[in-house]
Amino acid sequence: MKHSAINDPFEQARVEQGYAQVSDQDDPVTMLLRLKDVRKCAHNWQTFQSGAVPGRIVVPSEVSIRTTRQIPFEVDPPLHKSFRELLEPWFKRPLQADYQQQLHQQIETLVKSVLLGEPVEVIEDFALVLQSRALTLLLNIPFAESELWISWGTHVFRSEGEALDGDKANILYDYIDAQIDKAMAKPGDDLYSMLLAAEVNGNKLSKEEIKGVMILTFAGGRDTVINAVSNTIAYFSEHPESLQRLRDEPEIRGRAIEEFVRYFSPLTHMGRVVTEDTQVCEHAAKADTRVSLCWASANRDASVFENPNEVVLDRKMNPHVGFGFSHHNCLGATHARQILSTLINVLCENVQSIDFIDGQENIEHWDEFKRKVGYHNLNVKFNPA
Amino acid sequence: MAKITFITQDNISVVVEGQSGSLMALAVENGIKGIDGDCGGVCSCATCHVHVQADQMQLAGEASEIEKDMLELDDNVSEFSRLCCQIEISDALDGIVLTVAN
Ligand code: HEM
Ligand code: FES
Repeated sequence: MKHSAINDPFEQARVEQGYAQVSDQDDPVTMLLRLKDVRKCAHNWQTFQSGAVPGRIVVPSEVSIRTTRQIPFEVDPPLHKSFRELLEPWFKRPLQADYQQQLHQQIETLVKSVLLGEPVEVIEDFALVLQSRALTLLLNIPFAESELWISWGTHVFRSEGEALDGDKANILYDYIDAQIDKAMAKPGDDLYSMLLAAEVNGNKLSKEEIKGVMILTFAGGRDTVINAVSNTIAYFSEHPESLQRLRDEPEIRGRAIEEFVRYFSPLTHMGRVVTEDTQVCEHAAKADTRVSLCWASANRDASVFENPNEVVLDRKMNPHVGFGFSHHNCLGATHARQILSTLINVLCENVQSIDFIDGQENIEHWDEFKRKVGYHNLNVKFNPA
Repeated sequence: MAKITFITQDNISVVVEGQSGSLMALAVENGIKGIDGDCGGVCSCATCHVHVQADQMQLAGEASEIEKDMLELDDNVSEFSRLCCQIEISDALDGIVLTVAN
């Protein structure tokens, strides 16, 4: 297999039965694998809820390592809608010209710094740096704060191997607690302060709620963006003709971004808790059990996508669910899209080609399904244009 | 050149002119409220949902299967619903009136 390819381990199960059962601690998960089923269940929040015990809709389950409810992720309508109405204007700020300019400058500086001919380790020294710096724009806090987040490394939120590591998560929780206290003492124009001043349905947010929003903003946008960025670099290293095409045809860059999100599917799946006995794919789903919406599998559904296992840069019809679907669709998608679009613009301007040197793949294991989501490390050389 | 009317949820009517490209792109360029076009027009986000005036459905044409599947699960769907990123501007659309769905 080509080194930048992302496999689809779900094909057979998706075609043959449409779902697959995988184990997770003592709370097994029925993964839904077809695009239509994934969409229907994402839409039907009454039967497939997000607002269960905090941590339960995540796979692997985080029930035993956290109690803070992540908001709006673990809240169901109608309260979910009130939180989204509060948060959406803030998370649309990446559409503003000055935000885009600053992001461009950040990414251009970073790309130019790796054009020196030395090999670069993309995960820690490029993707993590890019993601952390960009997050200062989303939070509207000083750029220098990114140095601390970079120093945490990629593993702060990641559960490596079998056990979920509660201690690692504590670094982030303690940090966010302290940041909220700081903003309480001295309000500014950052996201913490906005949340402290805000009301939802006539009530101020509790500190616990603010923490729930901030944790999610940090955690939800970390590995996903790092995977999207590093897979994009790996892809261009193997496909110089694609980089050239995007250079020549800037009008297809928007479609290419959606295609990368479909093909890479940086977030494999997300769970829901079943609230009443029902059926999915003619399979019984009992109340108080878990299903998951497998975005990665749905995005390769051949009944919807032609040549699903190919990157078609200018794919015109691309109803992917890489950013989720319906109520809980990704709140960070505007930021993520802006990052990818800026990255592609800067690469097209400054980079002729990228040489792949070596890399260690990051493979998720869901029982018999093994899915590559990105890399633990990836070494490349950027050649200037 | 086609004259196109968008009516937003707060009942404001905006007439814009377009020559080519999609109706979604035209709406976004003109800052039409309620048309976000998040996915850039690849039929993935449904933030470009409009209702076509009943007697103008044939102008807009019929939605593809993929588009219908998207619409089916969107808020405020009706038999006059379309995702306007899937409608190409041409002279034939002159005079069309679209109500923004969300
Ligand atoms: C390419 C990068 C990204 C991908 C592929 C991605 C994917 C997703 C997906 C699939 C969901 C749906 C989860 C569900 O239905 O339960 C989601 C939700 C969410 N994402 Fe992202 N995400 C990305 C980047 C980001 C970023 C950068 C942020 C913020 C910094 C973010 C914040 C969120 C939040 C807050 C939610 C919950 C929305 C809600 O429940 O209403 N994501 N994301
Ligand atoms: S713009 Fe995304 S579906 Fe029309």
